[in-house]
Amino acid sequence: MEHGNEVLRIEHLHKEFEGNVIINDISLTVHKGEVIVVIGPSGCGKSTLLRCINALEDIQGGQILLDGVPVDRTAKNISRMREKIGMVFQSYDLFPHKTILQNVTLAPIKVQKRKKEDAEKEAVELLDRVGLADRKDDYPRQLSGGQKQRVAIVRALCMHPDILLLDEITAALDPEMVHEVLEVVLSLARSGSTMLIVTHEMAFARAVANRILFLDDGRIVEESADPKKFFACPETERAGAFLKTFDYE
Amino acid sequence: MEKEVILQYLPLYREALLLTLRIGWQGVLLALVFGVACTWIRQLKIPVLKSLVTVYIELFRNTPLLVQLFFLYFALPKAGIRMTPELCGSLGLGLLGGAYMAETFRSGLESIAPIQEESALSLGMTSMQALRYVILPQAATYSISGIVANVIFLLKETSVFSVISLMDLMFTAKDLIGMYAKTLECLTLLVVFYLIMLLPVSVFGSWLERRMRRAEFGA
Ligand SMILES: Nc1ncnc2c1ncn2[C@@H]1O[C@H](COP(=O)(O)OP(=O)(O)O)[C@@H](O)[C@H]1O
Ligand SMILES: [Mg+2]
Repeated sequence: MEHGNEVLRIEHLHKEFEGNVIINDISLTVHKGEVIVVIGPSGCGKSTLLRCINALEDIQGGQILLDGVPVDRTAKNISRMREKIGMVFQSYDLFPHKTILQNVTLAPIKVQKRKKEDAEKEAVELLDRVGLADRKDDYPRQLSGGQKQRVAIVRALCMHPDILLLDEITAALDPEMVHEVLEVVLSLARSGSTMLIVTHEMAFARAVANRILFLDDGRIVEESADPKKFFACPETERAGAFLKTFDYE
Repeated sequence: MEKEVILQYLPLYREALLLTLRIGWQGVLLALVFGVACTWIRQLKIPVLKSLVTVYIELFRNTPLLVQLFFLYFALPKAGIRMTPELCGSLGLGLLGGAYMAETFRSGLESIAPIQEESALSLGMTSMQALRYVILPQAATYSISGIVANVIFLLKETSVFSVISLMDLMFTAKDLIGMYAKTLECLTLLVVFYLIMLLPVSVFGSWLERRMRRAEFGA
């Protein structure tokens, strides 16, 4: 990867919860168009890492830069910064009191002050791309889990973020719905979106990643720019042991 | 039951109903204002004020309205603060109701999962925008049945106003019974007039609840 097109840079990130170190000196640079997949055992700090990037958590050390500008929870520009960082969570987080179309256009209209017609036009196009344009007037509770997650992705995309953070977005889904959501993410990756993805779907990780980060105990234990090789024969023992737990899948 | 008696008393009850309604609704309005103010202070976690709100809520939820009114009407004048019976009535009701409304608003807000605010923030909304477009509309829908229950409770509590010599429904009934001993007629009228006051609130409340649910969640 050439330099100069870096989107996100994390320097020596340190995060504690009540004295427990959760993120231990993590540094990471994400370039435009890169898809980085973060894997690691439950509780190792993957969600916390993404939440820190989106400034949903305060941090105790290090810094996070988006396009060279610090992401600081306490700074005045924080909502401007968050606008450029799209996030989709594991649990369905659509707004239950808004229709699908309203869910997707609320922030473009209220935050970016875009014209309602323009925002809706784009929203319908994007919804169409994930196969849900005909559900635009439904409420979230009328949709399946897989459909809701596709809407959540569209909602984030409508803000034209510089980077998309996906936190185990298929973990709460019935198995038959996982595929339809991952397909959407794969097509985003192909069209050049910059993404930081946390997932437990190893086959998907191998297919989508430019780079794999293996996290354990709040540290990057292994980093690989060759996902095929990483999954075939990881270099560290801990990554190996972790991957073994998926052997029965 | 004597029809004549009822017809004769009717205007007195009507007067009392109007007074009860006037003070009752003033009290409800004050309660909403106090409730919102307390909720605001609690949400923003304003130091000192936050603790005062807790003291206020516990104080008024755990003492009878009767005692609160006695205090406002008989004790405060000793400290140089004098109020008309009517002002005492609506203020007492408002203070009591504010404590209940604050609790209702809080549980409404607490029923909204934190992830709702977080996803609003992650879309670039400010805290105020998240509150306005995402949290409050949902919390209002969750709170509405509690708010209606509080209103009915407060309007019923007006029945203790007679202790500060307000000519409310209860006062009127007791007074008439004392003078003419037409107990059955007087109490029947009393029940009927309370129903006239409260049934519409109940019916309107249920309607509002259904309507908001449909408008908010498409259900
Ligand atoms: N709000 C919180 N308060 C205290 N501890 C937390 C909080 N959130 C997460 N943790 C702890 O931080 C660790 C990492 O959590 P998390 O980032 O959710 O892990 P992962 O997403 O990798 O499963 C866990 O041990 C968890 O218990
Ligand atoms: Mg997690």
